[in-house]
Formats: sequence, structure tokens, C-alpha cells
Amino acid sequence: MTIKDALRLSFHTVVSYRLRALLILLAMALGVAAVVVLTSLGEGARRFVVGQFSSLGTNLVIVFPGRAETTGGFPGSLIGETPRDLTLDDAASLATIHGVRRYAPLNVGASELSGGGRLREITVLGSTADFFQIRHMSLAQGRFTADSGPNPAEIVLGTALARELFPLGNALGQRVRLGDRRFRVAGILVPQGESMGFNTDEIAIIPVDHAQALFNTQSLFRILIEAENRAAIEPTKAAVRKALTLRHDGEEDVTVITQDAVLATFDRILSALTFAVAGIAAISLAVAGILVMNVMLVAVSQRTSEIGLLKALGATRQDIKRLFLMETLWLSLAGAAAGMALGYAGAMLLRLAYPQLPAYPPHWAGLAAIVTAFVTGIIASLMPASRASKLDPVLALSRK
Amino acid sequence: MMISLSNISRIFIMGDQEVRALNHINLNITAGEYLSVMGPSGSGKSTLLNIIGILDRPTSGTYLLEKRDVTALSEVEQAKVRRERIGFIFQSFHLVPRLTAAENIELPLILEGLSLQERKARVAAVLEETDLTDRASHRPAELSGGQRQRVAIARATILKPAVLLADEPTGNLDHKTGAEVVALLEKLHHGGTTVIVVTHDRELGGRAHRKVQMRDGEIIEDKST
Ligand SMILES: Nc1ncnc2c1ncn2[C@@H]1O[C@H](COP(=O)(O)OP(=O)(O)OP(=O)(O)O)[C@@H](O)[C@H]1O
Ligand SMILES: [Mg+2]
Repeated sequence: MTIKDALRLSFHTVVSYRLRALLILLAMALGVAAVVVLTSLGEGARRFVVGQFSSLGTNLVIVFPGRAETTGGFPGSLIGETPRDLTLDDAASLATIHGVRRYAPLNVGASELSGGGRLREITVLGSTADFFQIRHMSLAQGRFTADSGPNPAEIVLGTALARELFPLGNALGQRVRLGDRRFRVAGILVPQGESMGFNTDEIAIIPVDHAQALFNTQSLFRILIEAENRAAIEPTKAAVRKALTLRHDGEEDVTVITQDAVLATFDRILSALTFAVAGIAAISLAVAGILVMNVMLVAVSQRTSEIGLLKALGATRQDIKRLFLMETLWLSLAGAAAGMALGYAGAMLLRLAYPQLPAYPPHWAGLAAIVTAFVTGIIASLMPASRASKLDPVLALSRK
Repeated sequence: MMISLSNISRIFIMGDQEVRALNHINLNITAGEYLSVMGPSGSGKSTLLNIIGILDRPTSGTYLLEKRDVTALSEVEQAKVRRERIGFIFQSFHLVPRLTAAENIELPLILEGLSLQERKARVAAVLEETDLTDRASHRPAELSGGQRQRVAIARATILKPAVLLADEPTGNLDHKTGAEVVALLEKLHHGGTTVIVVTHDRELGGRAHRKVQMRDGEIIEDKST
């Protein structure tokens, strides 16, 4: 018997026993769909977290005053004591360090914003123009040109703030006040929404020198540095630490962290989680496998006399084994296809229900699901097929 | 000699009991013979037929089919002999219920690995010979008993076997359709096929040119006319 004929004949058998085929197909499809949906969920969580981090900037090196022994952890939550100020001069000294693409000093504080006849308590960031590049923020209107030197009194408003103070949309160029200081609205941020628990639509940004005057401080909250590329992150981090230590009379009183390290940890954890979830989903395929095995065993005993007949007609053991294996092959194929469709539809529903979660199945999920379905099908049918091939033809023929 | 059985015994073990289904059988059959095997129930007729058809192996003795010791052949070679040299017909037809008449008849050709074209041509020819052309696309459930047995005969003979083994071919048929089936068997015999029929039917048994009587696993009479 040729392979082609065996495939044809077993296909014919599969479609003849419709209920049995549907049962196996359903079990297989649910297993495959589970793999696709659960891995999408894991992958979605991973992408979500990675996306949140990337929105803070790429290849980021962050300097803050004080020494923190803590490793890893969350950059914003590390609060060391401040033994020595981190100054604007410190920040400016980093410009020439090899590997630094751009840097931005940062001060943060709360202040009262008034304008257009309204008053609001807001978070104010003080920085330079490079801050926008580093943090991947951009202006919907206007310009912001502040550097670390003396700057004109200009302010950039988050979209929500701008709309609240100037509902007519004419915020640009207006006069506003922060405390008792006057600023001209020089730009309005592109809406970005919340990222890492921080809503950029509700902040205002002013030049760093004005922020230091406003908050009456000489010390920076952070220096954000963007390294040339991924490979430059670690050398830059070391060089920055060394340069600042040197400037601080040999005392290492600043902490330099990279966002990359934190991100990589999260990425690893969540990837592992996705694989674990895929493994769990694969168990449902194993359950499907057991079902397939049982259904095939029943099929063999139901078709005993047919197997005897095939032997009387001159079928070899291999022919018979092949016919039964190919039946499961067809069923696995159909199950995998239906499961993929079901799984991708499920992932799409997830994305519709939770638009923030990019629940796309990872590339390997579809392939893994299909391969697992096939392997499961083959393994599950090995025993029934071999049992069929070993039936004694005389006894098989005498069974009705 | 087409079939040569010498000293063939077949013993079944049932628990601690031995059943001697065949007891030192000697039988020689030449090509083209028309032979009937009769005898009471349990006398070993089916067992004899199964051994001749290599579906079963003798416990002892030698069996030469066309001068070859078939019991010494490998499983694959035995399957090939069954496929190409032997045709089986059963009392209960043994048609595959989900396949049409034509597809049932095609099965041995598929097992033999013939091309689709050749299969279609041969099936069409055999359907014609057995007068089943208008039933080609019917499933067994839609056929009468006589038609079913004719499909089974067409299937058994489509590869032109040297020997046709029929175990009670008319056992499930009424007199008239039985006669049709017998006519078909005899037509095949006239075409040169060796035909061995196991039957309880005296009339059918009597039509054969050589009549073998069995009892308790032994041949008690072997008469040629
Ligand atoms: N697989 C088996 N296991 C045990 N005993 C068997 C087996 N097959 C046949 N026998 C026994 O061997 C003997 C011969 O059986 P066989 O089927 O050849 O008889 P038969 O002549 O064909 O009978 P019938 O006319 O009823 O078909 C019987 O006693 C039967 O019980
Ligand atoms: Mg019998």
C-alpha cells in the first residue's frame, strides 16, 4: 500500500465516523487553543511591562544622590540620604564622557499652577530640552529649548493641564504662574497617558534653573543619561560613577543604576512565566492524548473483523498500523488547525477586553501547539495501532 | 501440485484442554480442481481452510503452496501470497460497511499498490463480469445478500488468485441467490481458478468434482467424479 493511498483511505475512515472525529478534534482543539491563549497572556504581560519600561526611555543610565546598597528594585523607590548635593555642574561634566549620547538633569517638586483664572496643585519637573528625547516625550505644539545655562521663563504643560486651564485650546503663548513666578506657555505635550504610575498629561516642565530657584535647592533629584547604544550602557555607567566620584573628592556618594538591568530581570521572569504557562497548557493536550488513545482503542475493537478482513486480503502488519496512525494524524491536523483558529480568536478577544494588554501569541506558540498536537496524536495512537496490527486474523474474522 | 498438505495437525489449547481440530491431515490438490469439503459442525473444515489460506499455522506438518513451504515465509511474504495467490469468501461477506461496492472491490488493489488509473480500469471490468456495474456506488447496507456476496467474490478474485477459498458462501443466502453465487464460483472455476468450497449444503457440495468428507479433524472420505 502506498502512503498516499493510506492517507486517502484513513481520511475516508475519519470522515465516516463523524462523532468520534468531532470528539477527538474538540479535545485536540481545546488543548491547542489553551496553549495559544495562555502563552498570549504571558507574552502580553511581558510586552506590557517591557513597554512600560521602554516608555521611560531606552539605554537609560540614572544617577541619584546618596549611596544605595540595594540592587535591582525600582528606580523611583530608592530613597537614599543625601550626603552631598548632585549639582548642575556635576551633570554638565558628564557631557564629555564617552558613551553618553545625551543627558538631562532633573528636579521634581509640587507647586501651585494658576492661569486662565484657575488654580491647581501640580507636579513640576525641571529639566532641559534633552529630557524630552530621553523620556520619549514630544510636544504637540510649541518648542522647549532650555539648556543647563540661564533660560527664559518658559513652561511646557501636559495636555490635560492645558485643556483644564485653557479649555478653548489657546494655551500656547499664555501667561501662567507657578507659585509667584511667571512663565510663558512654550509648549504642550503630546498625550501619553499613564506609564509606571505617573501621568505625564498632568505635569508641567520648566527649565531646570527655574525649578531649582522655585524649589530653593541646589541639588538635583536625578540625572538621566541616554547611552549611545545597548552595549555602551555598562561602560557608561562605570565611567559616570568614576567621574562623579572624582568630582566629589574621591567619595562615592552617588548611585548609578541602569534601567536595562531591571528590565532584563522582568523580561526573564515573565518569559519564564510564559513558558511555564505553555507547559501547563500542554498538559491539557496530554489529557487530549489520553482521550485519543482510548477512542482509538475502542475503534480498534469495533473494527476487529475489518482488520481481520484486511489481513485476509493481504494487508501486512505495517499496512494496518499505518492506517490507524494516519487516522490520528488527520485528526491531529484538524484539531491543531481548529485549535489555532480558536486560540487566535481567544487572544483577539483578550485584546479587545483588555486593550492595554498586548496579548499576541508569541511566534513559537502556534508551531509548538501544532507539534505538540501531532506528537500527542502519534504517541496516543501507537499502542492502539500496534494492537490492531497484531490481531490474529482468524479470531478477528470470527468476531462480529 | 498446487496444494500439498502432509501430516498437518492443528491443536488448540483451551485452558488445560487440548482440542485437536485437525489430526494428521494429508491432502493434495492440483491446479484447477473444484473441491468441496463437507462434514459435521466442529469437524475442522474452517480450520483446514484457514491453514490453506495462511491465516492460521499448523501445529505440525508441512504445507507447500505451489511448491513453496509457506509456513517458513516472513510475515510480509505471507501477506503478499495471500494478496496475490489466494482469495477468501466468507459466509458473512465481510464487506467494509462505510465503503461502496466499488471501493470494497478496490481494496486488494490498493494493498497491492497499483496506480489509481489501473485500479479504476480493473474494478470496472470486474463489476461488469459480476453484473454489479449498476450497484458500484452502493454501500453494503443498500445491497441484497446475493449482491453482497458477489461483491465479496469480485473482491476476492480481482487479483486473479490461483486458489479461491469459500467458507459457507451460501450459508446466509436463500436458495435462489445461493444458486447465483454458485454459478459465479463455477464460472471462475471454468476460467482456471482452483476452487475449494466448505459447505453444509449437500446440493452445493455435490456439484464439486471432488468431494472431501471430514469428521473429528480427519478426512474420512475423498471422492472424485
Ligand atoms: N480459536 C480456537 N480456539 C479453540 N478451539 C477452536 C478454535 N477454533 C476452532 N476451534 C475448535 O476446533 C474445532 C474445529 O473447528 P472448525 O471451526 O474448524 O470447525 P468447522 O468444521 O468449521 O465447524 P462449523 O461447520 O460449525 O463451521 C472445533 O472443535 C472448535 O471448537
Ligand atoms: Mg466453519
